[in-house]
Amino acid sequence: MSTLQVSLYRYNPETDSAPYMQEFQIDTQGRDLMVLNVLELIKEQDSTMVYRRSCREGVCGSDGMNMNGKNGLACVTPLSDVVRNNKLVLRPLPGLPVIRDLVVDMGIFYRQYERIQPYLQNDDPTPAIERLQSPEDRDKLDGLYECILCACCSSSCPSFWWNPDKFVGPAGLLQSYRFLADSRDTATRDRLADLEDPFSVFRCRGIMNCVSVCPKGLNPTRAIGKIREMLLTNAT
Amino acid sequence: MSMRSLTFDAIIIGGGGSGLRAALELAKSGKKTAVLSKVFPTRSHTVSAQGGITCAIASADPNDDWRWHMYDTVKGGDYITDQDAAEYMCSEGPKSVFELEHMGLPFSRFDNGRIYQRPFGGQSKDFGKGGQAARTCAAADRTGHALLHTLYQNNLKNNTTFLNEWYAVDLVKNANNDVVGCIAMCIETGEVVHVKSKATVLATGGAGRIYASTTNALINTGDGIGMALRAGFPMQDMEMWQFHPTGIYGAGVLVTEGCRGEGGYLVNKDGERFMERYAPNAKDLAGRDVVARSMVMEILEGRGCGEKGDHVYLKLDHLGEEVLGKRLPGIVELSKTFAAADPAKEPIPVVPTCHYMMGGIPTNVHGQAIMQDADGKDQIINGLFACGEAACVSVHGANRLGGNSLLDLVVFGRAAGMYIEGALNEGIDYLDASQSDIDSALARMNRWNESGNGESIPALRAELQDIMQTSFGVFRQEDHMQEGVKKLADLRGRIAEAHLPDKSNAFNTARVEALELDNLMEVAEATAISALERKESRGAHSRYDYPDRDDANWLKHSIYFPLEKRLGKRDVNFKPKTVDTFEPKVRTY
Repeated sequence: MSTLQVSLYRYNPETDSAPYMQEFQIDTQGRDLMVLNVLELIKEQDSTMVYRRSCREGVCGSDGMNMNGKNGLACVTPLSDVVRNNKLVLRPLPGLPVIRDLVVDMGIFYRQYERIQPYLQNDDPTPAIERLQSPEDRDKLDGLYECILCACCSSSCPSFWWNPDKFVGPAGLLQSYRFLADSRDTATRDRLADLEDPFSVFRCRGIMNCVSVCPKGLNPTRAIGKIREMLLTNAT
Repeated sequence: MSMRSLTFDAIIIGGGGSGLRAALELAKSGKKTAVLSKVFPTRSHTVSAQGGITCAIASADPNDDWRWHMYDTVKGGDYITDQDAAEYMCSEGPKSVFELEHMGLPFSRFDNGRIYQRPFGGQSKDFGKGGQAARTCAAADRTGHALLHTLYQNNLKNNTTFLNEWYAVDLVKNANNDVVGCIAMCIETGEVVHVKSKATVLATGGAGRIYASTTNALINTGDGIGMALRAGFPMQDMEMWQFHPTGIYGAGVLVTEGCRGEGGYLVNKDGERFMERYAPNAKDLAGRDVVARSMVMEILEGRGCGEKGDHVYLKLDHLGEEVLGKRLPGIVELSKTFAAADPAKEPIPVVPTCHYMMGGIPTNVHGQAIMQDADGKDQIINGLFACGEAACVSVHGANRLGGNSLLDLVVFGRAAGMYIEGALNEGIDYLDASQSDIDSALARMNRWNESGNGESIPALRAELQDIMQTSFGVFRQEDHMQEGVKKLADLRGRIAEAHLPDKSNAFNTARVEALELDNLMEVAEATAISALERKESRGAHSRYDYPDRDDANWLKHSIYFPLEKRLGKRDVNFKPKTVDTFEPKVRTY
């Protein structure tokens, strides 16, 4: 069967008093398309349907959305990975305000990222060449720096849904640890001090939704565990 | 309804590598600046760059010399690289790369702690006489991602103002033809504003979406090029489009040249490493134009792979899982996703795919945009700057070397920022735009908003992409190109009457796609006419009917004038300041 039943979340603030689900029949011609390709086919039928997209290869993080109940990137999710009983339900990332259709307001997500001061801090005089870093120290950044800020993790996290203003969330904390783990960064003490409250880090309950949805295979829960360890060591 | 206006000292249109680098310079200077980007900055196409940033930082080879890099760049560009610009980029490069490292870019490392460098195509030691160099600084195979995020982070640190998810529609010119800002639309609300600025920087990147098959992001629609052409400003070397040898067959997704730098190679259906025949010395690391042409020759001569014989294979399995996991993890991921092939076990099907626009807005090394006066002399366009892929400085000439794009972004983004800061300090005073100047910049947007019926935007876009793919690909010839130019002229008329069905305000991406279609049209036509008129083969521009390089007539930049749709010539710079000129030679690898 090559006709896919797509159920799509629709909301246009100018015309709709409430969101609704709209059904589309999409002829996939038997191909195992990416979910993004299905959205492109829908947009050809109905140009008013909106979503974000850019690189279409899983590195820019634009097209995070909820596909049959699980967050992921539409451009690197083949239908065969998510479609069950020939049905695909597409919704915006949960827990963030919807601007229109699949486009969410990511403001609060970005503010938590900015809050952790996501840039290298080192007040030592800069050398004439690069700062040296051993391959072993550089290896510590693997699994951290690759984050694409798609928000799939934070918007799958109940702790972030409840306290998006106080809990930094998995994406922000992964980046926080990326700088804590960098042998070139000298702001460890300040970075930890800024996280030392009941909410910023400790609202994580370790349910690992973030790990299960990360399209880059990263592990924010592990990074949060490392930050907890550093905070506890620091406190004693 | 009156339109709101925003006033800045400098507005930077585009939030990719060059725009963010320029912005960082200006943010540090305390000038009132903003970056206006149609996507959140880390979604810009710089994020997709993989293999690295080429620069003589003398890490892999302590004796490396920027002059060797400059030689490679000039030769790689088939001698229409401006030598003063290549000299500037290659000599200033190390400063810019070290600066990125100081900002926190997570470069891969050698055992001695210095930045890891890998071999890339067209690299040599000792001016081509010392064998293959390893000059491309890498963060695994995610260098663009690492670079773009680092620049964004440092802009946050320096409190740069961002207008994210804003779309620049057209340039605003005053009565003296100075650029004094632009018309822009907030995508989220649909509000249209007049952005007033003493310096307008086009850092809008490439336009690979004029082709049906491209490695480029969906957002690469040549918005800055379109704006400049509509404002009547000329473009340089627009026939020069790079086809990257290794786009994943079918999907078009890029596979870095770093794969071949790490020891991978291309094979035909007989399993033959065919590049040994075409480039006996450099083999798979010859210039990209040379490798792409060789692949097409193999396919045309019946040695292509697959059922249709229309691609070749990139073999990596002999590198072993450890090297693949350490140096090329992103490629393993992409290949599994888009080619259903695990490179540790099987080859990746690849085909030459549109990748990079060597041409663009002609500029000097300070990023100042250039036009020609009535006598054909260079003339600065007041108020307009360009950097990155949208600009043609020209450091890439007729063919860009791998890893030179990221260097171009940071070196010339920085240079433009520094120049603008200086100019603002000295004082810039241009005549304000009149209401009719503003109205002309609004005309295109108004046309779409008033359209009542007509052809659909996706269909017209697909037709444009097919024309370019068919008539202006790796190999070109007169009759096909004439046909293409004719079809584009027809298409222009139809796009001028096309229909935007969705007139809503909130996050209306159909309107953005309509405005992008106009830009694709401008870029496609400039490309087509330039390609038809350059009657020789040089670098990426290969013609069956003029197979040889013609230095007597064409050791020149082409320069395209949009109002007359005419192609002129502009002198190439052969006067570097501190080294001897590299004289044109036969280009072999």
